[in-house]
Amino acid sequence: MKNIVMIMLVLFIGLSVYSQSEGKTGRQLPSIDLRTAGGEPFNTADISNDGKPVILSFWALWCKPCIKELNTIADEYYDWQEETGVKLIAVSIDDSRSSSKVKPFADGNDWDYEILLDENGDFKRAMNVNMIPHTFILDGDGNIVWQHTSFSEGGELQLIDNVRKVAAGQKIDEH
Amino acid sequence: MKNLLPVLIVLFTISISGLQAQSFVDLGKVSGSFEFDGQFYGTDEALGITDSTLDGNKFRFNGFGNIIYTNGNFRAGFRYEAYLPPIAGYNSQYEGHGIPYYFAEYQFKNVQITIGNFYEQFGNGLVLRSYEEWTLGIDNSIRGARVKFQPYKGIAIKGLIGTQRYYWEPYYNGNRGIVRGLDAEFYLNEMFNGMAETKTKIIIGGSFVSNYEDVADKTLIQDSTIYKYKLPNNVAAYAGRMRLIHGGFQFNGEYAYKINNPSAMNNYIYKEGESLLASFAYSTKGFGISVSGKRIDNMSYKSKSTEIGEALDINYMPPLTNPQKYSLATIYPYATQPNGELGIQGKLNYTIPRRSKIGGKYGTKIELNYSNIFNIDKQPVAEGIPVDSTGTLGYQSDFFAIGSPKYFESFDFIVSRKFSQKFKMLVSYVSQVYNIDVIEGHTGEPMVYTNIVIADLTYKFTPIKSLRFEYQQLFTKQDRGDWVMALLEFNIAPKWFFTVFDEYNYGNPEADMRLHYYSAGMAYVQNTTRIALSYGRQREGLLCVGGVCRAVPAANGLTLTVSSSF
Repeated sequence: MKNIVMIMLVLFIGLSVYSQSEGKTGRQLPSIDLRTAGGEPFNTADISNDGKPVILSFWALWCKPCIKELNTIADEYYDWQEETGVKLIAVSIDDSRSSSKVKPFADGNDWDYEILLDENGDFKRAMNVNMIPHTFILDGDGNIVWQHTSFSEGGELQLIDNVRKVAAGQKIDEH
Repeated sequence: MKNLLPVLIVLFTISISGLQAQSFVDLGKVSGSFEFDGQFYGTDEALGITDSTLDGNKFRFNGFGNIIYTNGNFRAGFRYEAYLPPIAGYNSQYEGHGIPYYFAEYQFKNVQITIGNFYEQFGNGLVLRSYEEWTLGIDNSIRGARVKFQPYKGIAIKGLIGTQRYYWEPYYNGNRGIVRGLDAEFYLNEMFNGMAETKTKIIIGGSFVSNYEDVADKTLIQDSTIYKYKLPNNVAAYAGRMRLIHGGFQFNGEYAYKINNPSAMNNYIYKEGESLLASFAYSTKGFGISVSGKRIDNMSYKSKSTEIGEALDINYMPPLTNPQKYSLATIYPYATQPNGELGIQGKLNYTIPRRSKIGGKYGTKIELNYSNIFNIDKQPVAEGIPVDSTGTLGYQSDFFAIGSPKYFESFDFIVSRKFSQKFKMLVSYVSQVYNIDVIEGHTGEPMVYTNIVIADLTYKFTPIKSLRFEYQQLFTKQDRGDWVMALLEFNIAPKWFFTVFDEYNYGNPEADMRLHYYSAGMAYVQNTTRIALSYGRQREGLLCVGGVCRAVPAANGLTLTVSSSF
């Protein structure tokens, strides 16, 4: 039994190293059927920002750090957009218990983001999101170029730093 | 259905044979994720945890790994899971390891075919929802086949057949039902050119689900008379829904009906089931309000009539309560009562504009929540027959009447404000009425009334170094009495997190149970990899995510979590 666990562990680490070296060629978003916060059908293959970067942020109404992150960015969002042309899409993974409250919540918090509803976690699974907040940066061609999980005060500085690099066509290399 | 793996391999081979081997390697992308949760348990006399209760299982482990391969219109993947043995609070039937989830999916123009395991939701989930929630140990994925088809713009049709996951038990005829479902959704504004420009958007939909289970007759012996009941082999359910959108207004309604479905969940009554869910929302920049109402009447729908646990649910009944974010407010969480409940919920969010007299430099955010949930009205079907008697129609119910007892009521008030670049504060008041007798099955215990105050302060020393302080106090005269909680969290963004907290049950009526539940932890994050380590006491309670809860036993020990995705 222990051997199998070890084999799986080695396999996963091996694959993650492999995919990281391979990942530079860019992975595109999967095509998943969601809804907009307004309730209309939307497919994730249609996510684009006219050649400018996109921030994709997975969150939920029950997630304290997620809301903190989105509130923090909201204070800077206008400046970020003006500087880099970035667009933030906040993907709520709230299920049918709360999904109808997502738009009133986002509007009531004065957010200017595009909001998508991933009611049954289909997009979350396809993007390998284990825990939220989980944030992705897409380049102008829709390739996933960076991702990060969790948030604390100041985390937004690293995010915008990387968005600036992507907007300028530079590579993100950080350790 | 039993041997899907060979089918998958064949499908996989067919789909790649069309491509050159080289391009299969070049164009294919592999992504995935994994998580390991390990707990080392120690003894704790005050909590009653001794070497004999631990029974040699000092180390428990839950883990999973996902791999997804994508190549153009083709996707395939699997998930490996291991519970060796499952960490405290998870169902012991999870013990073991294997591959409970694998799939292959192909999109051909307007048709998508999935073979293997899949998750699906029809409408709001009232008649069908298969989903997974790792933190709660919930996974009712369906193994079989699913087709999604868009015959015309604005029309989406889904059909599926399969059997649901039941821990590690393989499917064989008779040990659970076969679920079949059909769903159609029509987005009228896209279908009809004349409506394309209309401001009011209308989406309607309908679902039909049927569960086939080969069930034996039920025998009941009462006063030395033997009663034999024939149980239906096919249980059908259907639902209709409508969504209306007009500017900032939104309406979402769904009605579901289920034929008689005597089961262990409803004490084998022959009543039909129904549920109604309606929500109305309005929002504009800086203001949002939503009101929802729900009625559930005998709507438990499982693919095995004898199952009473959290497994094999075909449908989902969303609870109408506000998900709580602060720990003491989660001590008394609500869980949907599938046999009957009537509830309403209202929520309001408002931002007092920035640079205004009251709003301050950065604006002030206000949130109000209110929920109230009762049993539905239940009257005997005939004189002398108690409500919910096996083999009868169970009860009669007036659709609009409020029944007894009351299950839950809560009121939340939250204000948050950023005072300066360095300082933020949130204060909150929560009041709850909680029917512990019904929700947790503590028969005969009185209703719990709580008042909770919360303060959450964040101070930034430098742009990336911050300190967060949480203070919470819960007042109640019932159950375990008063609690106080304090937390300190020091963060160096974006990589380091250090936390210490203590929850103190100072008001417990039993003097020797006035315990401190202290904990210290740290986490390191590098991109998507998170390593977290914590040590301390875990309070007995319910862990809830998205309205579904899992009972967590009291524990003392070390917890290690490693999570990553790529």
